[in-house]
Amino acid sequence: MNIIDRRLNPKGKSLANRQRFLRRAKKQILDAVREASARDGITGPSNQRIRIKADTLREPRLHQAGQGGERWHVAPGNKEYVEGDRIPRPPQGEGGGRGGSPDGDSEDTFQFVLSRDEFIDLFLEDLELPDLLRKELRETEGTTPRRAGFQTSGAAANLNLVRTMRNSLSRRIALRRPRPEEIAAREEELARLSKADDADPETLARLAAEIEVKRRRSRRVPFIDPIDVRYNRFEDVPRPAVSAVMFCLMDVSGSMTAHMKDLAKRFYKLLYLFLSRRYKRVEIVFIRHTHVAREVDEETFFSSTESGGTVVSTALEEMARVLRARYPLEQWNIYAAQASDGDNMPADNPHAVAVLEQAILPACQYFAYLEVGPEDERYGGATELWRAYQRIAQAGQPIAMRKVNHRSQIYPVFRQLFSRDKAVRTEGVA
Amino acid sequence: MTKLADRFRISSGSDWNFSDLRGAHDLIAEIARGELGLDTYPSQIEVITSEQMLDAYSSIGLPLMYRHWSFGKRFARDEALYRHGYSSLAYEIVINSNPCIVYVMEENSMAMQALVMAHAAFGHNHFFKNNSLFRQWTDAGGILDYMEFAKTYIAHCEDKYGEAAVELVLDAAHALMTQGVSRYPRRRGFDLADEARREAERREEEARTFNDLWRTLPEGKTSRVLHPELAERQRLLGLPEENILYFLEKKAPLLKPWQREILRIVRHVAQYFYPQKQTKMMNEGCATFVHYHIMNRLHEQGVLDDGGMLEFLHSHTSVVFQPDFDDPRFSGLNPYALGFAMMQDIARITRAPTEEDRLWFPDIAGNGDPHATLREAWIAYRDESFVRQFLSPALIRKMKLFSVHDDSRSDLVVEAIHDERGYRAVRAALADSFDVVKHEPEIEIVDVDLDGDRRLLLQNRVHHGIMLEREDAERVLDHLAFLWGYEVRLVEIDAMSEKVLRSFDAGPPDPPG
Repeated sequence: MNIIDRRLNPKGKSLANRQRFLRRAKKQILDAVREASARDGITGPSNQRIRIKADTLREPRLHQAGQGGERWHVAPGNKEYVEGDRIPRPPQGEGGGRGGSPDGDSEDTFQFVLSRDEFIDLFLEDLELPDLLRKELRETEGTTPRRAGFQTSGAAANLNLVRTMRNSLSRRIALRRPRPEEIAAREEELARLSKADDADPETLARLAAEIEVKRRRSRRVPFIDPIDVRYNRFEDVPRPAVSAVMFCLMDVSGSMTAHMKDLAKRFYKLLYLFLSRRYKRVEIVFIRHTHVAREVDEETFFSSTESGGTVVSTALEEMARVLRARYPLEQWNIYAAQASDGDNMPADNPHAVAVLEQAILPACQYFAYLEVGPEDERYGGATELWRAYQRIAQAGQPIAMRKVNHRSQIYPVFRQLFSRDKAVRTEGVA
Repeated sequence: MTKLADRFRISSGSDWNFSDLRGAHDLIAEIARGELGLDTYPSQIEVITSEQMLDAYSSIGLPLMYRHWSFGKRFARDEALYRHGYSSLAYEIVINSNPCIVYVMEENSMAMQALVMAHAAFGHNHFFKNNSLFRQWTDAGGILDYMEFAKTYIAHCEDKYGEAAVELVLDAAHALMTQGVSRYPRRRGFDLADEARREAERREEEARTFNDLWRTLPEGKTSRVLHPELAERQRLLGLPEENILYFLEKKAPLLKPWQREILRIVRHVAQYFYPQKQTKMMNEGCATFVHYHIMNRLHEQGVLDDGGMLEFLHSHTSVVFQPDFDDPRFSGLNPYALGFAMMQDIARITRAPTEEDRLWFPDIAGNGDPHATLREAWIAYRDESFVRQFLSPALIRKMKLFSVHDDSRSDLVVEAIHDERGYRAVRAALADSFDVVKHEPEIEIVDVDLDGDRRLLLQNRVHHGIMLEREDAERVLDHLAFLWGYEVRLVEIDAMSEKVLRSFDAGPPDPPG
């Protein structure tokens, strides 16, 4: 008999099969993924339970139908039946509880769990984003001290004991510094011999001289010399920032309908997914505004409406304030997406542009302006806000803008906004 | 005999190590070989994690499997069920190979490990090695090497011809897997010397029994062959043929050699599992009987303490639990329960038979050697014949089995119950329900239109009006047409009246470009 411990065998033996399976069901999974993403909040759950139609995953076999024909069943646990009794047909028509496909997945849907990575991969694969965007994202850099060898001077706290003692030891060996035990042994011998009666005075003298030489040598060659001492050396290396913050700005005045908010939400969701793939940590700041702006949580952001006028610059100022207070530029990559129906108090436009140009755009990696409109809009002329932002964009600032009326436009718009090709990105502006 | 407990004790609690496993295995082996007389392949116990257990599930229980999306699908489903707590994993998986591989889960307690070893490494192992179906149809020594070859071969094909092309063939082959099995040993090719000898014997026999009187008998109508061309064609093509994959592998005109090889691999896998389908109840019954005996003996001998025994009994009783037909948990007869009950019953008949048993089982009643009797049964029978031979009136009464007739129209009618008049009918009906042949459609390839468009003609002989599941049949036929390369037609005819009930047609997919 053999006992084998297989527990440490490489994992993921079925990975290749899983990839084949995902590819096979890709279309249905994508649909399910989109549905799930519309349903969940922006950050979403960590694992996605996906339910898809089992059609392309069906494994047909030639087998007898579950119904029809003449059958006999044998069952246990007879209570009162006697031969010849008639039992009313069960409603399902599957007497005796048999039937169904041999595979056991006769149900129409197939349910399984998609890991977060698989989820995002699928979600973004459709958008062909990963390659498109890589160059576009600048990484902000800070510095971090990193160990880099040794140096001969430094603070006592950085003393490297091991290296110092090693140098000391090799120097002592090279200069033949006598070890304390050697001297002690000689002295002992001298003491023993001098106590003895027949001690040879010549030998005693030679021993004493030897001890004297060794003592002198050990005084001259110190145990630790300043030239032995080494300190850890540190170097400041540039560190790519791994955190990103995403500002969601939205106009929540009465003119923004639920439909428009839904469009905005979908856009934010995409942006979040994309950023969370790129950065280890992504924080979201929700700022909603009417004629005053306020930072709120996600729930409030999307759900409640407020009455009031529309002053865009308040949101921009609020964002600038949060930026200064919590997100130092050297540590954070900053992205912002603003959704609005384009309404703004005309008098506010110059101020909004000024805040944007001076306080926000210099700090942002990317600022996307999404103008959402009603689904049935026939002709939408450029709004005040659009025209104001257009001027900034034409001046070459990192701002991208698009107008969206329908759900189905979100993906294409997102793709355009983040495409590598600058011509495509700015085409809507001109 | 010294008490076994002096040599080894199964530690209670969940901790165990490899020397515990070995110690328990040795004691179990002693009981299994000495008392039960089991004859097994050497076993190889492999300790695995739950994730690896899911892996093993998905590759239909073979440690090596070629790659295909359906295994990924199975894994995804099992994983979802497991992670959400809808189903727990098996304690073990056993593979019919030599050495016999037994997977055990790392989280089993020591008592459970002992149970698993008794159950799989001895019970199943003995059955695999001795049952005639397994001996005839599977090659335990070669299966792992063959699967290694199959996996590598298909991976090579994927590299060479693309995953998509291989997937098409595998999908089609999987759809025909249940029709990729030979139920009867194939006739061997003619051996000339053999034929000559038989011919000589026949002449000799004729000469010896010559009687001129026969000549005077009036001649009856000579049976004429109705369609001589059909008969000739069938002879040339080896038709009718029930093994569709075999036929396609040998005769499909357009397949490339690598596609034929893939069909062959799938066919071999199907054939390897065919005995398991026919012996599920006996196999589980055998393993359950063996573990029950061994665990009780370990407890008697003090190797297994009371706590461990209770843990074992808890697991054992849930395995052999049989809900009544009107219980919401009922989902058919539990093969573990029936197999175990029948084997316990046989042991009882050999030891302490009643008058009734002596009447029904004169051969074995009171022979006093339950284990030898069971070993015989494990060798010679499959589920269907085992029930037909050994289901006793006593057990029918105990389980209160009854048989119901369902004509799919009117009310269900109770045909037989556990009484004197019903025993034989219940037993026959139960045996039929275990007959794999009766629950799989009887499909054969009967003809190929060689003069015309090469259409392949298949026939399903319908018994008792049970037809094919339509939607699946249409899909499978598309796969079949893809492999055959020309049109295919499947005709369902009534087995009694030869009346055509329904037919399916499918053509090959349009060639690309």
